Amino acid sequence: MALLDVQDLSVTFSRRGQRTVHAVDGVSFTVDAGEVVGLVGESGCGKSVTSLALMGLLPRQRGVHVGGSASFDGTDLLKLDPRSMRDVRGRDVAMIFQDPLSSLNPVVPIGIQVTEVLVRHRDMSRDAARKEAAELLDRVGIPDPRRRLKEYPHQLSGGMRQRALIAMAVACRPRLLIADEPTTALDVTIQAQILELLKELVRDSGTALIMITHDLGVVAGMCDTINVLYAGRVVETARRKELFAGRRHPYTVGLLRSIPRLDAGRGEKLTPIRGSVRDVLPWTEGCAFAPRCDRRVDACVGEPPAMTPTHTGHEFRCVNPFPLVQPEEARA
Amino acid sequence: MFRFIVRRLLQLIPTLFGLSILLFIWLHRLPGGPETALLGERGTPESRAQIRESLGLNEPLPIQYGRFVKRLVRLDLGTSISTKRDVTTEFLQRFPGTVELTITAMLIAIGVGIPLGYLAARRRGSFLDQASVGGSLLGTCVPIFFLAYVLKAIFAENLGWFPSIGRQDPSIDATHVTNFFVLDGLMTREWDAAADAIWHLILPGVALASIPLAIIVRITRASVLEVLGEDFVRTAEAKGLTERTVRRRHVLRNAMLPVATSIGLLTGLLLSGAVLTETVFAFSGIGAFIYDAISNLDYPVLMGFIMIIAVIFALVNLLVDVSYSLIDPRVRVR
Repeated sequence: MALLDVQDLSVTFSRRGQRTVHAVDGVSFTVDAGEVVGLVGESGCGKSVTSLALMGLLPRQRGVHVGGSASFDGTDLLKLDPRSMRDVRGRDVAMIFQDPLSSLNPVVPIGIQVTEVLVRHRDMSRDAARKEAAELLDRVGIPDPRRRLKEYPHQLSGGMRQRALIAMAVACRPRLLIADEPTTALDVTIQAQILELLKELVRDSGTALIMITHDLGVVAGMCDTINVLYAGRVVETARRKELFAGRRHPYTVGLLRSIPRLDAGRGEKLTPIRGSVRDVLPWTEGCAFAPRCDRRVDACVGEPPAMTPTHTGHEFRCVNPFPLVQPEEARA
Repeated sequence: MFRFIVRRLLQLIPTLFGLSILLFIWLHRLPGGPETALLGERGTPESRAQIRESLGLNEPLPIQYGRFVKRLVRLDLGTSISTKRDVTTEFLQRFPGTVELTITAMLIAIGVGIPLGYLAARRRGSFLDQASVGGSLLGTCVPIFFLAYVLKAIFAENLGWFPSIGRQDPSIDATHVTNFFVLDGLMTREWDAAADAIWHLILPGVALASIPLAIIVRITRASVLEVLGEDFVRTAEAKGLTERTVRRRHVLRNAMLPVATSIGLLTGLLLSGAVLTETVFAFSGIGAFIYDAISNLDYPVLMGFIMIIAVIFALVNLLVDVSYSLIDPRVRVR
């Protein structure tokens, strides 16, 4: 059985007098224990909202509606009451955020920000927690951890801050870790280090990881399974090797084509996907990607496309996919 | 930290010096003078001149100022022209009442304002939020002396819950050491005297607290709303921390910075602005004394009062700066 089974997750934001926004519109995917799963897509496709919904961190107010189910080890995270969810968060499911500076409290020492989660979930005394926190910082590669514990976020470099955030997230050895674009705010060299660290931690502890990113390069380096999201729905899902060998959905192909490559010929232009995420069709009226798609056919509009399964487990939501063997593309 | 405080205290000296020169000139240039108040309408030009002569007011201003400074360094503020009493003694007797009243008002404003502002922000748009925002608008609009009269009429005269005038029931034979009546009661272990003094402080304290309360509610609310939207609050929630920890450690601590600044400014304002409230409750603070001094142009009293207020204002704001650096490590003082 999968560790996390998300079925038909939907999140809508409605405001009086305004059109309801379907930020997430029926997302389904599974995460096995110890597996690294990528959620990939451009800004606005619903990746971050999906993660916040799973964590129960969406604002609890009128107009925010979460539907579907997210069964974590048998319990539906979406149905948990706020109090029980507080027990799960940080202990069983933890999260790493995008911007390490703004995600750390500027007026509280790093040490307290690490120990508080240990004190809360592992019933540790302050002293034991302090010791454990120093070990954690050491494990995520922060030198001189005892001194760093007394320091404040502004005294740390960007990479150190992200390491500290990772230390807080893995403090209670969660079974599932969600990383929402953990490297976007960092230098390229630091990005690689942080990804390497995440890979290591996940491998050593057997934690499952949901990697949320817009960067297919990140996905290629670490994910076992990849889910490509578009306009709040999964449009293609496959094991990493299968996806890179033969992607079928035009959106996935477009994403890959728009990555700059070092081995590209001189003067060769990048191929961006035309239009923007705003040019979508509601899924109920056909394929949301149709307005931006080069392979659009008449059948794209009218009926919402269903997921097409294949025998390898590779699935895609397209009525006119790229053919399976495509030597030119496969080389990419 | 220690060096910062010492440096700030040293900086205070030139500030006070400049302030005293400015105000000295300004006060002495005002039309009329103490002789008018002393003689009233019966004064002849000769008798006025005689009084000015005897008070030393005919000497050149720099010489008069020099005399003022000479006394000031010995902490002697001179003799009041109208009451002929020592100004320093008068202040020591009356000022503690005003300080007690100000502290009471600030405690009420802080104690009620911060929780109310926090709750209003947390339940944004709720009845509580709208009531506190509306109420704080009302609080800043209603003149303090009017509110003081209403409170006195309802709670003192009609319901009789609180005493209507004074600082302490005269029938309690309290010993006064510092003239801070509450402190005196505690020091001499005359508990009933301390309690009675507190009792007398409540109504005027509430009246005086209205404006700072309104301001603190608004600033706290706005500040908490801003902090609630910060990423680090989401991180704290993602750790599954209890609501209490999130609130205290992550929201309030960050939201307190602007509030601390306003508290410093408000305290100084209240000290000098308690006059009307004191009048309504016949509270023997500095208020009425200063009022008389202004109408009589009692130079030594006015100069003394201004200097004391300036020092207190500076000290309170130094305290705010120190607390600021304790809250926020990014503004650590050097």
